Amino acid sequence: MVKSITNLSRSGVSDWLVQRVSAVLLALYTLFMLGVFWATPDMTYELWRQLFSTFWVKIFTLVTLLALVGHIWVGMWTVATDYLKNAWVRFLVLCAVAVTAFVYLVAGVAAVWGV
Amino acid sequence: MKVSIYRYNPETDKKPYMQDYDVDVPADKDLMVLDVLNLVKEQDVSVSYRRSCREGVCGSDGLNINGKNGLGCVTPLSEVKGGREKLIVRPLPGLPVIRDLVVDMGVFYKQYEKIKPYLINNTPAPAIERLQSPEDREKLDGLYECILCACCSTSCPSFWWNPERFVGPAGLLQAYRFLADSRDTAQEERLANLDDPFSVFRCRGIMNCVSVCPKGLNPTKAIGHIRSMLLANAT
Ligand code: SF4
Ligand code: SF4
Ligand code: FES
Repeated sequence: MVKSITNLSRSGVSDWLVQRVSAVLLALYTLFMLGVFWATPDMTYELWRQLFSTFWVKIFTLVTLLALVGHIWVGMWTVATDYLKNAWVRFLVLCAVAVTAFVYLVAGVAAVWGV
Repeated sequence: MKVSIYRYNPETDKKPYMQDYDVDVPADKDLMVLDVLNLVKEQDVSVSYRRSCREGVCGSDGLNINGKNGLGCVTPLSEVKGGREKLIVRPLPGLPVIRDLVVDMGVFYKQYEKIKPYLINNTPAPAIERLQSPEDREKLDGLYECILCACCSTSCPSFWWNPERFVGPAGLLQAYRFLADSRDTAQEERLANLDDPFSVFRCRGIMNCVSVCPKGLNPTKAIGHIRSMLLANAT
């Protein structure tokens, strides 16, 4: 058993599952968005606002946002542990990734909940 | 024909270099790469490489031949891309070079040792032997044939980046060989030892391992089976 304390869940199989499930969610959300734009060729601010004030769209958006954060962490953590061989450099880069992901989450929740 | 060989003697050379040789190969015969190396050695005895069985069973002569890993003794020139014009032989990538084409396989064996490559069974041993049905025996086909030549692991980028932490295709093929054995009772412990983000999950499904294995084995498939077992065990 290889020790690791910086990956998402300590367990390889659960990180792997998070990565797959979040990928599916992100793909579904992308399709949803493409569908929305396809169905409403002249999108207005009012329609956009209406869409995001629907309860289920909010839920879907927030779940996808969480999936995005998980996906970012597992993916960037993997890339960093592959290519950054200096432990300090790796730690600092991962900190920057963590801050970025956190900002996405907070800004995203605020935006969706604000509607 | 032109043969270019990776040379490095840590006692005398500052840096590795490529040395070219002119070798006469009979036009009517499809020589193996190992035969060509032997012809080179007739010219220059200082060229070092490993070989033993010269028929693809011992796994000693894993080499990088015109960019692709394989066993010198069972790779005919006709199968080497561009091998008729120029043969370029380098040591297996990603392992420390001891001399010329000879690499230090220490880290490769360490990963193999980690997966406990032997049957574990704590139930009382029967008088003669532990029996296995033909169906259960069949499950080991495509797994037990591995000769540990390291062609696969040294062609795997994930193994290059994390040789100390990622078990690598050869080790994982053997890990599954024992997970799949009906006579082994240590499945749980074996799986527990593999459930970290490196040992198995560093495999990115690049499948270089499958494309180079001289025995035609499929480590990626075995890794998929281990992943399913881990998943089934943990959900
Ligand atoms: S799986 Fe194939 S390439 Fe890998 S060590 Fe075994 S025989 Fe060699
Ligand atoms: S399939 Fe996995 S083990 Fe095989 S070469 Fe690719 S990353 Fe390595
Ligand atoms: S010399 Fe034994 S496998 Fe090639």
